[in-house]
Amino acid sequence: MSGFVCPVSLSATEVVLLGHGSGGRLSSELLHSVFLPAFHNPLLARLEDQAVLEFGGARLAFTTDSFVAKPLFFRGGDIGSLAVHGTINDLAMCGARPVALSAAFILEEGFPLSDLRRVADSMARAASIAGVTIVTGDTKVVEHGSGDGVYVTTTGIGMVPPGVNLSAAHARSGDAVLLSGAIGDHGIAMLSAREGLELDGEIASDSAPLNGLVEEMLALTHEVHAMRDPTRGGLASTLNEIARESRVGIVLREDAIPVHAGVRGACEVLGLDPLHVANEGKLVAFVPMQRAADVVNAMRRHPLGTETAIIGTVTDCDPGMVTMRTVFGTTRIVDMLPGDQLPRIC
Amino acid sequence: MKYLDEYRDSGVARALAARIRARVTRPWTLMEICGGQTHTIMRYGLPELLPEQIELVHGPGCPVCVAPLELVDRAIEIASRPGVIFVSYGDMLRVPGSRSDQIRVKAGGGHVRIAYSPMEALKISAENPDRQVVFFGIGFETTAPANAMAVWQAKRQGLTNFSMLVSHVLVPPAMRIILRSPVNRVQGFIAPGHVCTVMGFKEYETLTAEFRVPMVVGGFEPVDLLEAIALLVDQLEDGRSELENQYSRSVTRSGNGPAQLVMREVFEVTDRQWRGIGPIPASGYRLREEYAAFDAERVFGTSDIRVQEPPECIAALVMQGLKRPVDCPAFGTRCMPERPLGAPMVSSEGACAAYYTYRRHTGAEATR
Repeated sequence: MSGFVCPVSLSATEVVLLGHGSGGRLSSELLHSVFLPAFHNPLLARLEDQAVLEFGGARLAFTTDSFVAKPLFFRGGDIGSLAVHGTINDLAMCGARPVALSAAFILEEGFPLSDLRRVADSMARAASIAGVTIVTGDTKVVEHGSGDGVYVTTTGIGMVPPGVNLSAAHARSGDAVLLSGAIGDHGIAMLSAREGLELDGEIASDSAPLNGLVEEMLALTHEVHAMRDPTRGGLASTLNEIARESRVGIVLREDAIPVHAGVRGACEVLGLDPLHVANEGKLVAFVPMQRAADVVNAMRRHPLGTETAIIGTVTDCDPGMVTMRTVFGTTRIVDMLPGDQLPRIC
Repeated sequence: MKYLDEYRDSGVARALAARIRARVTRPWTLMEICGGQTHTIMRYGLPELLPEQIELVHGPGCPVCVAPLELVDRAIEIASRPGVIFVSYGDMLRVPGSRSDQIRVKAGGGHVRIAYSPMEALKISAENPDRQVVFFGIGFETTAPANAMAVWQAKRQGLTNFSMLVSHVLVPPAMRIILRSPVNRVQGFIAPGHVCTVMGFKEYETLTAEFRVPMVVGGFEPVDLLEAIALLVDQLEDGRSELENQYSRSVTRSGNGPAQLVMREVFEVTDRQWRGIGPIPASGYRLREEYAAFDAERVFGTSDIRVQEPPECIAALVMQGLKRPVDCPAFGTRCMPERPLGAPMVSSEGACAAYYTYRRHTGAEATR
C-alpha cells in the first residue's frame, strides 16, 4: 500500500453500519437516502413518529416500531414491555389515545419457550396497564444463529381527540421546553446489564406508557405545540430534530436537566454524556411560556411526571440549533451524534 | 458526587476567573497537553470566562489522534483476518484508516469488540481458544500499566492466542519537540494529570528547568483547569518558571511505583511515529523481546504496511498549537465527525471534534 488514498467517508459507505440504528445523524441519513425517496409521500415527509390519517371527521394515528434488546430481560422491563410501551408512546406523542396494537415476532430456532411466554405475559400486562389490547400478530422463525432470540415489532393505532394538533414542526419562539423526568435511566440500565458493569446503586429502565400522562396534560390545555419521547439518541437527538423541523433555536439550562446520581456516576466512569443516552418513559413538551407552570404542575401530579422540569426555552436565534447555558454561565452546542456514543479511552 | 461536584462549582470557577482577570497584564499563550483537558475546556466553555489576553492552544495529548494512519491500517488488516477477534477501546473504532475503519470491518463480518479494559481481551482469549484475540494497546503512559499487566498475565497464564498491537506514546518527548520548535508560541503548560498520576512529575521538573517554562500539573474538571491557569498566570506575571502540582489529590512526585514496575517489566522505550508530528526518537513503548510472542506486529507480520497522511489535514499544526481547528478550510465542511479527514476530528478528545461538538457556533473567539 503506498501513496495517498482519501479516507473513506462514513457516509459514503455502501453497507449498513450499527450506527445507522443509533438514532443519530447516520439514522437520519439512512432515512433521507433510502426510505424517503422510495416511499415519497407528504405524510411520511413530515417525519413525525406517527402518521395521522383522516377518515371522515375522525383522525387516526398510526405507527410501528421494531425492538431488538440485549439482554432480553433487564432491570425495569424486558423486550416485551419495551415493545408495547414504545409504540404506545409514539402514538401518545401526537396526543392520540392508543386503541389497539399488533405484535409480530421473529424467533430464533432454539429460543426457550419459557422465555417466549415471559415476553408474551409481559406484553399482555403492559398493554392492560396502558388500556390497549393486542388484536393481531404474526410469527416467523429464523435458523439458530440468525437472530438474538426474539425480535418484536409492534404496530399501533390510536384516535387523536378533536382540537389536538401536535407536531415536531410546531415549536415556536417563546415556548418553554418541559421534560417529564430524569434522563438516561434506560440506556445505562441496558449497558450495565449487557456489559456486566457493577455500578453503585441499581439503575432500572424507565420504560413506561406515557399515554396517561399525556391525557392529563391535554385535559388541561390543547396549547401543547410539540411533544416527543427522547428514546435512542437521547434528549440531545430529539431536541435537535424538533429544532430542525420547527426551524427554531432551543436554549437549555444545564442545571435544570434532571439526571439521577447513579446515571451521572455511570456516565462519568464510562465517558458518556447523559444527553445522548436512551430513555423509554420520558417526554419533552413545548408549551407557551405563560401556560408552562400549569402544565408542569399537572404533570408533577402524575406518577410518571413527578420530576417534571422546565429545562429551556425556544428562540428565533440560531434556527435548527440546540445550545446549552452551562452551570458556569457559558454556552455550548448540544449536538446530535453521528452514530453510537463510543466510550473514551481514558 | 464527591470529588466531582466541588470541582464543577460555578462560584469557585467564577472566583478563579476573577483572580486570573485581576492578575493578567499582557497576552499569554498556554497549552493544555491532554485531550481530556481540551474536552473539559470546550464542554464548559472556559474560554468565555477567561480574559482576552489568555489564549489556550490544544496539545498533542489525544492518544487516538496521534496514532499514525499506518497503525490504523495495520489494525484494520489484522481485524479483517479470519479467525481473529480484535478488541479495542471504543473511540479507536471510528478512526478512519486509508481505506476503511474498524466499524466497517465489523459490518463486513469481522469480529471487532469494544472493551473498557485489556483484561476483557484476556477473558475473551480464554473463552475462545480456537481464535486469535488481539488487543489494540494504544495510549499514553495512562493506559500503559493496564496494557502491560494484560501481557504479563497472558504470559503467566501461558495463553497462546492473545497478542497486543502496541503503539504506546510518551508525553515528555513530544513536549520537548514543541519547546524546541523555532516557531513555538507556548509560554506555559498544563501538564497531563492522569499521565503524572502514573509517572509522577520528575520528568516535568526537568523540562521546566531545561526550557525555563512554567508548568502546572492539572486535573480534568473545570475548576482544576481554571486553578492551573491561575497558577500559570501567576508564574508568568512574576517571571517565575516552576513545576507546580494542582492535581495533588491524584499526583505525587514519584507517581505509582507498582504501575511503573510492570511497565518496565513488559515494555521498553522505542522511537515512534506521531500522526501530525512525525517521528520522535525515544517517544514510545514497545514490547520487550521476552514478550515477543505477544506482539501482534510479529504474529501477523504487518510492519511493512506504510501509508501517508492526507495532505489537506492540518492536524500537525493544530496539535502543535500553530493553528486553530477553525483555521482549517476543511473544518465543518469536508471534515466533520461523521466523515473525518484526520484523527483530531474523530475522537471526542481531539481538538477538532471538541471544537465542532461544543463551540462551532461561536467560531473564532472561542479559542481566545
